[in-house]
Order: sequence, then C-alpha cells, then structure tokens
Amino acid sequence: MIPENDEPIVRFENIGLRYGLGREVLKDVSFALAPGSFHFLVGESGAGKSSLLKLIYLALRPTRGNISLFGHEIASTPRDDLSALRRQIGVVFQEFKLLNHLSAFDNVALPMRVARAKRKDVDRHVTELLAWVGLKDHMQARPPTLSGGQQQRVAIARAVISRPSLLLADEPTGNVDDQMGLRLIHLFEELNRLGTSVIIATHSKQLVERLGYSQLQLTDGRLAIIPGRAEAEAAVAASVETAAEAEDIQNQHPDSRRVAAGEEDLYDNASGVESYL
Amino acid sequence: MILTGRSDLPLDKDEHSRFLPWLIAFMVFLSILAVAGMLVLNATASRWDVGVRGNLTVQIVPTDDAAADEARLNEVLTVLATAPEVARYDALDETRLIRLLEPWVGPSTEKGDLPLPRLIDVELKQATNFTSGDLGARLSERVKGVAIDDHRVWLDRLVRMIETFEALALVVLLFITMATVGTVVFTTRTGLAIHREAIEVLHLIGAHDEYIARQFASRALGLGIRGGLLGLVLALPTLWMLAHLAASLDERLLPDIGFGPWHWALLLAMPVSVALIAMTTAKVTVLKNLARML
Repeated sequence: MIPENDEPIVRFENIGLRYGLGREVLKDVSFALAPGSFHFLVGESGAGKSSLLKLIYLALRPTRGNISLFGHEIASTPRDDLSALRRQIGVVFQEFKLLNHLSAFDNVALPMRVARAKRKDVDRHVTELLAWVGLKDHMQARPPTLSGGQQQRVAIARAVISRPSLLLADEPTGNVDDQMGLRLIHLFEELNRLGTSVIIATHSKQLVERLGYSQLQLTDGRLAIIPGRAEAEAAVAASVETAAEAEDIQNQHPDSRRVAAGEEDLYDNASGVESYL
Repeated sequence: MILTGRSDLPLDKDEHSRFLPWLIAFMVFLSILAVAGMLVLNATASRWDVGVRGNLTVQIVPTDDAAADEARLNEVLTVLATAPEVARYDALDETRLIRLLEPWVGPSTEKGDLPLPRLIDVELKQATNFTSGDLGARLSERVKGVAIDDHRVWLDRLVRMIETFEALALVVLLFITMATVGTVVFTTRTGLAIHREAIEVLHLIGAHDEYIARQFASRALGLGIRGGLLGLVLALPTLWMLAHLAASLDERLLPDIGFGPWHWALLLAMPVSVALIAMTTAKVTVLKNLARML
C-alpha cells in the first residue's frame, strides 16, 4: 500500500472544506508529503488543524479538491478499499476515543484484531508496547479508571501498534509530563526512522522549536509550509556545495569537493522499544 | 467471533435488546403451532384422499315392487361384474343398511315400512382412465333409477377447505417472519445508534463493515437461539395438549395423526430458522447502515 517510489504519501490539491452552509474552514490547501517525512501541524485554535487531520484519516470528504493517500485518489477509490487505507494510518485522537467497555489491553489490540493478526502476535506486541508506555500494571484497567495521561498513552499505543505507514497525532503530549512527553516523541521519531510518516498537531512552540521539523502552518484555513531545520541546513549545504563545485571547476582540484555527511542515527539506544518495532 | 464470544462492542449490555428473546420465543411458539397445524391438515387430507379415492356408492332407488328391485339389483351387479374398471364391489344387505340408519332412526332389527335403497359399495381399479361418470352412464342405460354417489365430489370440497386452512397457516408464518425481521431491524438500528461512537472508532481504525456487522449478527443469533429454545419449550406441551384434545374427538372424523421423524425435524427447525432469520436481518441492517458512512 505504501507507494514504492517517492510518490507523496499524502497529497492535497486545492482542498476546500466547509461544514454545511458555514464558512470555509480550509481554503485552497495544497501540499504533498514525502514518505518518511515528519511534520508538525501548527496554528491557532479554530485554524482548521483537526479538520485537516480528519480529511487525512478519512473521517471527512472535502467540499472541493482532490486528496490522494498512498498514491490512491480518494474520490475514485471504491468504498470497500478505504478500510485497507485506514489500516495504514494510525491516529491519536485529541479526545482519545478509547472504548470504555474494553480494557487498555483490548483497546490497544483493536487495530491488530481488525487486521486479523494472530492471537499470539497480538498478545506479545500489545504487552510489550503497554509496558513500554508505562502501563504494564494497568493492562486490564478500563479507560474510565485511568488518568488523562494514562488514557493518552493507551491511545498512542493503539495508534502505533500496527506500525502504520502514516501516523497522525492531535496534541499527543498534552496530558503527560515532560519526561513521558519526550519519551512518546522519541517513539514517534523511532517509527519515523523506520519509515512511518508522522504529522503531529500541536500548540507547543517549545516542542516544535526543539525538534525542528517542518511545519504545516494553518492560518484561518490557509496552509503555509515552513521548512524544518534539516531542510534549511540542506538548502544551505546545497548552496555551499554548488559554490565549492564552481570553485573545483575553476581550480581543477577534485579532492576539494565536499560531501555532506550521512544522517546520524540518533535513537539507536534511546527508545528501548526496538523489540516491538 | 461467534465461537469465541469476544465482541468489541458492548452489545450484551444493551437494555433495549433484552425483550428480543421473549418476542422470538412467542414467534417460534406461533410458528410451531402453525406448522404443526399444517402438517395435521395435510395428513388428514391425505388419509381421506387415500381412504376414499376410487370408491363410489351405487344407489338403487326403491320402488313398491320388491321383486323388481331385486331384479334391478342383479342387473346392476352383472354390469359391475363385467365392468373393466371395477376392482371390487359389495352389495350391502338389509342388516347393514339398518345399522347405517341407527344414528337417525334408533336401534331396530327390522326395516318395517321404511323404503330403503339398495347400496353397493364399489371400488375402482387404480390408474384407470374410467371415471365414475362412464360407469354411471352404462348403468343408467341398463337399469332405471340408479344413482352414483361419487365420494370424490365432497372429498374435493373438504380438501379445498383444508388447502385454504393451509394457505392461512402459511400467511401466519409469513407474518411471523415479517414481524421477526421488523423487530430485529428496529433493535439493530437502536444498537447502531447507541454504539455510534464505538462503531466510528472501529471504522476509523480500518474495520471492514463485515467485521462490525458480524458482531451484531452474532449477538442476534445468540438471542435468537435463546428465544427459539424458549418458544420450543412452550410449544411442545401445547402440542401435546392439543393432540390429546384431538384424540378425544370422533376418530372417524379426525384420523389419528402420528408425527414422523421428518415432521419432528421440521418443527425443531423452526427455532433454528427464526434464529438464522434474526442473524441475517441484523447483518443486512448493519451493512446497509454502514454503507452510508464514508
């Protein structure tokens, strides 16, 4: 289901969205996200962040424009095939949307069961992941008996349990302490390192600035893309490289050519969730 | 899911579906009575048909001249003896005629002045092309004052009446099915509305419509089986009671009908059928409703 080449994993073309006869909450939104990218979705409350996420996780259809997911144009994809696309998307809902009658374990197991995973695999992966998010002793607890932060971690575990190709999270660290917040962000980065594209909607400027990923910035329904630190550095490196190449040509000295270093593997030992991932 | 009993939706906690087994029990009770009634009527008609098919009565209207009547009787018997379609005939003697009249004229050993017709019980051969009309025509040619009473005529009327009752029982079964379907549709829709949010979550994490529908179908099947068994438990003693009541009636009017293994299998299939109808209805209802979602 993941596009094999560099075809965008999400593509929006001139998307407009309005609820009923109300004003347009998204206006001419166009963007394309490469597989394996990491983006923050930022904007004031009411700017349309949740609506944009809903369009991506196929809870809404746009009023106008085209959406493609994993190379499939949604408008022309048969309804029966949308379930398979949804299974490639992990969502951390802002209001969690946990099923209160199920235990934390069963909530996290849902995506695997829906995908007809083997019971043995479900038991192993869910147990590992819940232990990793610090809920080892609450596996059989029902969501109403858990704190807001614990519920949020169950919701995150449910979103990532199936190793989705695309992870969408709406304020995923809003209810947890800083240490757990960082731990969860590390989990998202680890998934991203393994190929999952990530979009995190957040109000936390501190988080955005600290991690320095690209931003999808919504202002009154209009989208602007702000390049991340890596992209900005790459752009600078590219311009330096171009200048150096020009100098090389001028000096006829091939050894002076500089090659950008490979990406550093930051989290090889940081997450401790490799066995699950 | 049906085997494991695990469900992602808390359907077993639904108050609104608690009445469903009782309603299904009532439907199964009625359907078993309707089917049992149909089987009894069908068997009765068959017995009457077998008992009367090919039988007719030749009646020689009496005159004042007993000797002439006797001669006419002999003439009729001669015709019957040579008729190719006649398998057997039996002229009733006076004693048997008087016994036949007992219910109306009381016990008597002599006929007195009462003019009695001579009756001949005739059995036609099976699978012949002759009709009672052919035989009647031939007899009338040879002997005057002969009438043929073909039992088929009144039997046909009885059979038609029984067929009407059978059709009525079928209509009852149809209504029972429609009522079951309607109730399950209503209950399932209520369940869909109550669990809308949980269904939405399942839908968004990629559950197929079939996956969600199976949970409702499994629940409906469980309730259907429970209700079906309850209906069966209520219907069997009722049938036994009706059978005893029927046995006390004149057995010549209502022959003793014993249910064979197939009849019992059909009756026992009623709760299973109703449970399967409930399951299928729930599944179709959910699939139709989910098809409206994105």
